[in-house]
Amino acid sequence: MEQELIHDLAAAYALDALDESERREFEEHLASCEQCSEELVGLGDAAAALAYVAEGPAPPAALRERLLDRVHEDRAPNVVPLRRRFALPAVASFAVVAAAAAIVLGVWAAGLSSSLDRKDAIARVLGDPTATSVSLGQSSRVSIGKDGQAVLVSRLSTAPPGKTYEVWVIPARGSAKPAGLFRVGRSASPMLLSRTVPEGAQLGISIERRGGAPHPTNILFVSSSA
Amino acid sequence: MNLRVLPAAARRPASRDHSGFPDEALLALVAREDEEALAALYDRYSRVAYGLALRVVRDPALAEDAVQEAFLAVWRSAAGFRSDRAKPSTWILTLVHRRAVDVVRREERRRAVPLETTEQLDAYGLATDEEIELTDRRRLVQEALRQLPDEQREALELAYYAGLTQSELAERLSVPLGTIKSRMFTGLRRLRDILAEAGLDEPLAEL
Repeated sequence: MEQELIHDLAAAYALDALDESERREFEEHLASCEQCSEELVGLGDAAAALAYVAEGPAPPAALRERLLDRVHEDRAPNVVPLRRRFALPAVASFAVVAAAAAIVLGVWAAGLSSSLDRKDAIARVLGDPTATSVSLGQSSRVSIGKDGQAVLVSRLSTAPPGKTYEVWVIPARGSAKPAGLFRVGRSASPMLLSRTVPEGAQLGISIERRGGAPHPTNILFVSSSA
Repeated sequence: MNLRVLPAAARRPASRDHSGFPDEALLALVAREDEEALAALYDRYSRVAYGLALRVVRDPALAEDAVQEAFLAVWRSAAGFRSDRAKPSTWILTLVHRRAVDVVRREERRRAVPLETTEQLDAYGLATDEEIELTDRRRLVQEALRQLPDEQREALELAYYAGLTQSELAERLSVPLGTIKSRMFTGLRRLRDILAEAGLDEPLAEL
């Protein structure tokens, strides 16, 4: 097919309006055509937007159950299970947090640099299939990559005025080390911890006066060993 | 109230824990076989996905199959998702649409069904708070569609919702294939520009 013609197939491809052989042909072309790949980003968004117009009834609840059962069965048997985590009582009352804004918001990473390095590190950790996942309460989760780099994703309520959340790395021996501050925002940006997490360390989140503290004074959540 | 740090694996996948996470983070977690993250993505997009699949395949059981297959594909191929190539929502809805189209193309009976455009299918009212955003989004896309010339809108809607190939579409509408191609191309580009101007590039509420 002539080049200008095959470029023109990007829209039909985005709309799934190609038959199988046309689709294959376009995908082969796509692999080597940066222009089409770029164009397809916007055309794909526009085509997907049409999905919102096709509103219908809610899917039956049984579909969700069936899907999640399938997903559960589908888990690769060779995946190393996450280490068993222990249930630890939180040291402080959740009321401190609950008293803050009632809206559940995502993380606003205080001082999160937009440097590409940091974004890369976040993407690397979140995309690492071998990373360990640690829960901190029901609203926060830390992913720890092989090199100990760790990313926090949290949907804690906004810290009260004048307060901040502080993340702690608690080594097996020694005292808790500060690993970053955050308040909260709707964007729920994943936050790269400023400190790597050694094997066997625990993680904690405390609530502190704005600016943070050298030692945790009001721990909200503690994980089991990472 | 004392909170306990619960082992995630002990719980039935429920999206509550993840419901505030951005799509990208959920997909990254899904890539690591986090079932709760998949459940959260399902809860966020299943309504749109099922509506879309039902619109294309016109049969509840087949629509469920398409949605299930699409989310299984999300589960299995999340590690291959490339954020520079698509937004997560686009990627997910593209998988749903592709499955629905594949299903409907195997079904001969669709050829007997009259074609409809969005104007004729407007029966489902959405009322609950959590669905208001979906309704808003729907209205925005509908308004954008109305700004397109009739032939372009028709080409987009029939291609996307009826699952017809461009050749089938040309035949059904009795116009040359080249005309269909250019209507789809010009129409989709214009739709993209209108939607971008209207700000429809945010993911669904991450609440």
